[in-house]
Amino acid sequence: MDSPHAELRGVSRIFPARDGHQEVHALGPVDFQLARGEFFAVVGPSGCGKSTLLELVAGLQPASAGDVMFEGRAVSGQPPEGIGVVFQEDASFPWLSVRDNVAFGLRRAGVDAAEVKRRVDDVIAFMGLGDFSHAHPAQLSGGMRQRVCIARTLVLRPRLILLDEPFGALDQQTRLLMGDELLRLWRETGATVLLITHALDEAAMLSDRVGVMSARPGRFIDIIGTGWSRERDSRIVARPEFGAVTARLWNLLREESIKALGHG
Amino acid sequence: MNGARAESRRGDCLWLALGLVVAWHALFLLAGADALAAPAATLRRAAQLLASERFWADATETGKAFGLACLLAMLGGLALGLWLGFHRRAGEVADPILGSLYSIPKITLYPVILLIFGLGLSAKVAFGAIHGLFPVAIFTMNGIRQVPAVHLKTARMFNLSPWATVSTVLMPCAAAEIAAGLRIGFSTTLLGTLIGELFASSSGVGFILIRAMDTHEVVDIMALTFLLFAFAAAANAVLHALERRLG
Amino acid sequence: MTREASTRWLRVAVIGAAVAALEFLCRAGIVTRLTMIPPSEMAAALYQILADGRFFADMRFTAQNTAAAMALSIVTGFGLGALVHALPRLRRVLEPLFSAYYAVPTFVLYPLMIVAFGIGATSLIVVGAMFGVIAMVVNTLIGLDRVPASFAKTARVMRLGGLRTMLLVQLPAALPSLLTGIKLAVAYSVIGVIAGEFILATAGVGKRIAFAYNDFDTRTMYALLLLIIGTVMVLNAFLHHWEQRLHRRWGRA
Repeated sequence: MDSPHAELRGVSRIFPARDGHQEVHALGPVDFQLARGEFFAVVGPSGCGKSTLLELVAGLQPASAGDVMFEGRAVSGQPPEGIGVVFQEDASFPWLSVRDNVAFGLRRAGVDAAEVKRRVDDVIAFMGLGDFSHAHPAQLSGGMRQRVCIARTLVLRPRLILLDEPFGALDQQTRLLMGDELLRLWRETGATVLLITHALDEAAMLSDRVGVMSARPGRFIDIIGTGWSRERDSRIVARPEFGAVTARLWNLLREESIKALGHG
Repeated sequence: MNGARAESRRGDCLWLALGLVVAWHALFLLAGADALAAPAATLRRAAQLLASERFWADATETGKAFGLACLLAMLGGLALGLWLGFHRRAGEVADPILGSLYSIPKITLYPVILLIFGLGLSAKVAFGAIHGLFPVAIFTMNGIRQVPAVHLKTARMFNLSPWATVSTVLMPCAAAEIAAGLRIGFSTTLLGTLIGELFASSSGVGFILIRAMDTHEVVDIMALTFLLFAFAAAANAVLHALERRLG
Repeated sequence: MTREASTRWLRVAVIGAAVAALEFLCRAGIVTRLTMIPPSEMAAALYQILADGRFFADMRFTAQNTAAAMALSIVTGFGLGALVHALPRLRRVLEPLFSAYYAVPTFVLYPLMIVAFGIGATSLIVVGAMFGVIAMVVNTLIGLDRVPASFAKTARVMRLGGLRTMLLVQLPAALPSLLTGIKLAVAYSVIGVIAGEFILATAGVGKRIAFAYNDFDTRTMYALLLLIIGTVMVLNAFLHHWEQRLHRRWGRA
């Protein structure tokens, strides 16, 4: 398929002045194409606008300039059908059980009860939540709660999955395992994945391509291809190419990170 | 709550009750029979009232007005609070206005209400309702505003309509605050209805109260206040239990 | 224009529209003179009252009582709240009773207060404070609950004593909730004191309102109501502004 799955053309995001703060030029201009079925990671120093980029693609924020396209159609105002988002904060609804959380989007979309049950059962099994389907999020660990959020997104069969630092609050070992989970998910659903992360090793290990953003206002400095095969998992960290990719990323990022620290 | 904890809680309740009664009696001895009534005398009078038909006739009067006022206050307060919580702008504009309206000594609006509604049931209901509306609205509004932004984003990703967002995400998330507001609204509506009766009526519990105040019947005043408090406390306990059962 | 400024303008517009509507209803005769006089006449009457200083003594009386009641309810409320917070068992049994307290018509205890404290300011102050103290207690509890555990641990590592921990760490940390409690305590103190003056009718602005009502003197009555509403709004605006500054500097809890 030649046409990109999602595309940003000359997109900028400027936050207007409010409450005594000045206007903030958060992002752009950015030109960027996401190929169908690829796994793309975005890294960059803090405050560079990575999350803003994700929300622009998702349709959660309007672009101040330029066009955001998804599957050939412009994105504006409303999140388009076919996109799923996993947020950085714990987005699981504390007042619903795991099962009800996962079923939430389906039920609101008016899918009939039998179909809901079938799909929810599938995804719960797929994400390894079977033993916890009647528990409430408060009873689960951070990693499990993120799995619930991922399951809730997956059950709607999104063609593009956006993840905003989904493993930020987790410990290193859990992160690595969740990374493997994410790869499995990506392979088995055939979805396109856009991952925002501040962890270079995570980006280098998981993605087909990594976009490196500059300090604010964020623009892509470079996009690096990793050349991994589709059947990969966390054990590629042992390969020398992994070290090379990570080193390249840090080389690009180091300057920008120092700049970002200055901004504060 | 497991058995041991529930039992220790009951034990603590008894200790508290005992402590309060002792403190009350001590205060009575200090202040004299003109200022306070002893616990024993108060409880005896309260029991007498509960047994008297006349009292129940008055209580029903009050109950009717209270019921209507409660309905108005809770539904109106919920609607107002939901709207102001959901629409950020409206909420910001209204916040200090609500605060000021809440601070107005509504008893000074009593003449205005009387002039508008005349003596009788509608004045009592109006008074009760304006007392209860504000706590419900304020608590609801604050509860909704405190819903984490991530839940709103999630709702948008699911393309929920505004009503669906309110009913399936905002209200369940803010349930604790809304419930607290309803409980306080319940109590303040009761107070408001009573105040309405103090002046606008020739029957009802409020009327008995003011008669007791005029004739300086200390025991009556205290017995009635005690009954009111006990009623409000019992109702609150029921609402609390309902909350826990549903939540 | 910044968002804050436009919100303020919107607020002024909303209030202005409401007053204008009332003015129209009154002047058009839809609301009779017996019920209400137009807002413009209320303002004029108020101006006259302020100009000739007719009720100055009463206003001073009310202001003093309200200030005293506020101070009393805030300090007592905070103290009681801190005490109950430190005694979890006591808190567990007391907590369900708090929302029931709002139903108690505390001002019926006025006659009893008079016998205890005599006619005069003290009874009014005490009952005014009693009205608001529970709101302060409840919000103190909420505020102290919100102080993160790491704060208390930091205080212990720095070897601050109990009192200094309370004053230097917990009080500032709980301030946002305390401010909510203070706003409520202020409101209730005003209500309590004026309600008391209204009922007892010995002195103060409340008494003047009661007299005006009984004499069918709607001009004076509404002028005084306007005075109270105006004062309350100014107080509230001040507290609100202070609260916003706090939130901006410290971030929302």
